[in-house]
Amino acid sequence: MWDLSTSALDTAKLRGATCADVRVMHLRQRDLTTKNGQVGTLAQSESLGLGIRVLANGAWGFASTDRLTREGVMACAAQAVSIAKASALAKRSDVVMAHEDAYIDSWQSPFRKDPFEIPLETQLDRLLAADAAMRIVKGVTLTETGMQFRKIDSWFASSIGSCIHQSKVITGCGIAATSFQGDEIQKRSYPNSFGGQHSLQGYELVESLELLKHAPQIAEEAAALHSAPQCPEKKGTVILGGSQLGLQIHESVGHPIELDRVLGQEANFAGTSFLTLDKLNNLRYASDIVNVVADARLDHGPGLGTFAYDDEGVPAQCTDIIREGQFRGYLSNRETAHVVGLQRSSGTMRTESWNRLPIIRMTNISLLPGTWSFDDLIADTDDAILMETNRSWSIDDRRYQFQFSTEIGWEIKNGKKAGMLKNPSYSGITTEFWNSCDAICKLDHWTLWGTPNCGKGQPMQTMGTGHGASPSRFRNVRIGTAFSKQ
Amino acid sequence: MSPNRKSQKRAKGQGSAPDEALSAQSELRRVIEAVLRIAKSTDSEETEVHVDETCDALTRFANNAVHQNVAEHGLTVSVRTVVDGRTARATTNRMDEDSLRATIQASLSLAQSQPKDPRLLPLPGRQRYRSVNRFVKHTAALTPEDRARVVRRACDLAITNGQVAAGIYSSGQSQMAMGNSRGLFAAYRQTRAEFSITMQEDPAASWAKANSADVRNFDSQKLAARASEKAHLAANARQLEPGRYTVILEPAAVLDLVGFLFYDFAATALEDKRSCLNDRMGTQLFGKNITITDDVYHALQLGAPFDGEGIPRQRVALVERGVPKNLVYARSSAKRAGKKPTGHGFTLPNEYGEAPMNLVFSGGDSSLEKMIASTDRGLLVTRLWYIREVDPYEKIMTGMTRDGLFLVENGCVTCAVRNFRFNQSLIEMLRNVELLSPSVRATGEEAFEMVVPAMKVQKFHFSEVTKF
Repeated sequence: MWDLSTSALDTAKLRGATCADVRVMHLRQRDLTTKNGQVGTLAQSESLGLGIRVLANGAWGFASTDRLTREGVMACAAQAVSIAKASALAKRSDVVMAHEDAYIDSWQSPFRKDPFEIPLETQLDRLLAADAAMRIVKGVTLTETGMQFRKIDSWFASSIGSCIHQSKVITGCGIAATSFQGDEIQKRSYPNSFGGQHSLQGYELVESLELLKHAPQIAEEAAALHSAPQCPEKKGTVILGGSQLGLQIHESVGHPIELDRVLGQEANFAGTSFLTLDKLNNLRYASDIVNVVADARLDHGPGLGTFAYDDEGVPAQCTDIIREGQFRGYLSNRETAHVVGLQRSSGTMRTESWNRLPIIRMTNISLLPGTWSFDDLIADTDDAILMETNRSWSIDDRRYQFQFSTEIGWEIKNGKKAGMLKNPSYSGITTEFWNSCDAICKLDHWTLWGTPNCGKGQPMQTMGTGHGASPSRFRNVRIGTAFSKQ
Repeated sequence: MSPNRKSQKRAKGQGSAPDEALSAQSELRRVIEAVLRIAKSTDSEETEVHVDETCDALTRFANNAVHQNVAEHGLTVSVRTVVDGRTARATTNRMDEDSLRATIQASLSLAQSQPKDPRLLPLPGRQRYRSVNRFVKHTAALTPEDRARVVRRACDLAITNGQVAAGIYSSGQSQMAMGNSRGLFAAYRQTRAEFSITMQEDPAASWAKANSADVRNFDSQKLAARASEKAHLAANARQLEPGRYTVILEPAAVLDLVGFLFYDFAATALEDKRSCLNDRMGTQLFGKNITITDDVYHALQLGAPFDGEGIPRQRVALVERGVPKNLVYARSSAKRAGKKPTGHGFTLPNEYGEAPMNLVFSGGDSSLEKMIASTDRGLLVTRLWYIREVDPYEKIMTGMTRDGLFLVENGCVTCAVRNFRFNQSLIEMLRNVELLSPSVRATGEEAFEMVVPAMKVQKFHFSEVTKF
């Protein structure tokens, strides 16, 4: 692979590029699903190709190819330079890149069991057993299970002399039961919606989830939701389960801190951000107990945003985003770091595949654990609704106003879980919501959740991001608006 | 085995124009035949092969300058094998014979690992297809320089008007071919160009977008001018109270909402009891002014005239005068229901079955201007954003207005309004449509392109307001 990269870099330089980086990537994926006791999808894919990004005449060009011959790669590099020169026809200023050192390194994400080596029969048996355990519950009308495995090898080389090979194994797994009765469809998922939990692990993730043990419970909850009372419409206290809070972090912290959005580069599609540059170090984003980091290092955990180097050749870092409630940092790259006074990128450039340009992306954007045990938090709460497992999510294009609904709610009365509520939802304004946080559970309840389906960029790229969170309490929140009949 | 695309395509009839970057169709057929030949020497009892090729480019601009500019080429081969009542799929983009053989073996290994599927059907034989022509040389011939010049003009307009432009100008060509061991062969190619622009006049913004197989079907500079004019009108937005309003939805706003209905018309969705049409087929669910067909052959549509199994797509009347009449079927769901397949199946194996992908709404004879003139008090909606399903049976959708929300009073647009969040049942909305314009090809960001009208809708529910 390094020979191909060298050919591409040499051609780019010869054609007039002043800076270039090349990614050769080999992606392998396996998908298994079942539905109502039958195998649904059973598919495997691989994709191998090369993408090259160049600066020429002060502007960017990118081209990609799956023709991995010397001639194919040289043609691709020449095309990238030609595109960059066309970009320069409509540039306003030259691109300036922050300094970065050159690295020669190789990194393999840790895993215990290679999912591609586990017999398919074993994998399907596990899914079909969970599927059957859900189907025997009366009232369940649809059962779904799934596993997804990926291996991604990338060879990064740049004109400053970096040669970095990274190899990742990613696993996802989950189950869901749906119940249609009367004029309602209710659904429960385990351990999360979006196909379950996803992380930078091997088959050991699947084994740790104990699908068969949890299948009857979620099936029973799906059926029971029909007879549960409707979540009321009011202002009050909400306790969010860890996976729902992970998505709240994703939408109302992770996206607004992307510096490309802040600078208007996503204005036509993903939107902009309320976190204009004047807010850095000047905004009380959240209450004092809230600390959020962007941490791509393995020390943070095996998240979907964990790596050794980003796709611009910058080492993984931990950046303070919110420290004791104050807004402290953005996600940046080599091109934008100087805008916020940084000498160096925060290492967040990521690409979906060899045929996509790296863009600023969330890594693991996590709420650091607090001090509460979950039992103490419930016992300390007089009147609240505990909301678990995301059902719908939406936020405006500057990331102020949001609304989420979850699959299930639980009424908390006088320090105890009182009863199930259906169709729970809550909404609010980002900074008001985060400033109302008054309790965060401790590390024992903290999970690094994986969001596998974050869409951004044109052409669209789907990226996995990580979000560590533990159950937390928020006061004076608007509840039940999604189902308001007004 | 690797198709020598450049040298062969220029030597043959189809695909010989210098502005075509795609392989000749004969080359794709050669790959399919090669895979079928290799598969004959394996355990595969039946084999289906898909070959897909894309050649796309996209120029992206922001802050009145190009900031990203990309091009890609890709070719994939996807193989489905059938063995002893079991099937599975494997896909690769490596075209050498060893890789193709390994892909067939991977598909077989997957297939053999599962229980028998008693509902699995044999592959279909040869089919006849209605021809569609959606490959336009003018689009295929667009260069990075062409796109940069168009973008430059749009950005210059923004600068002249004291605004900031962001958007994309993309062009591309793609083709697909499929064949199977029972002699079926189908092929399709198309071009596609798209221009999307957001004009920002801080803190306001507005937006316009179009796409087509033929780049000559839209005027990028007119789109830029429209977005610019509306961005100016969007400044100094007033805050109104949430509540129920008469709304005038531009076609892009209609598209992004009704796009969430399409899977409800899949026979498999009803079988799985996850469609809002369960127990509602044949009832007066929507207003009598709502008629929806799925029609890949419509002049404003794009897409292949066959489905993932190679079955010819049929025109299907989904809703007639507000009554859901018909569903779409893949081969397997059709067999279970005792119906004929309509040519809407996804590639197998999958758990979702099928879906209509070429929705066409019958329009009316109104217009945006007439709708505004007929409104005492209401809101004109340019575009909607981040739409998600809150309730799958009542089809309650939530989302935000974006890039231009305007108050209409006494038949005139009077001012801009801060953006609202909505929580609105689509079923209720399609009962409350008062006026429709003629249908147009619309493009948004939440749903695939459709042919839809602008709509004037009564009692649209806005639940909260945001800060801009």
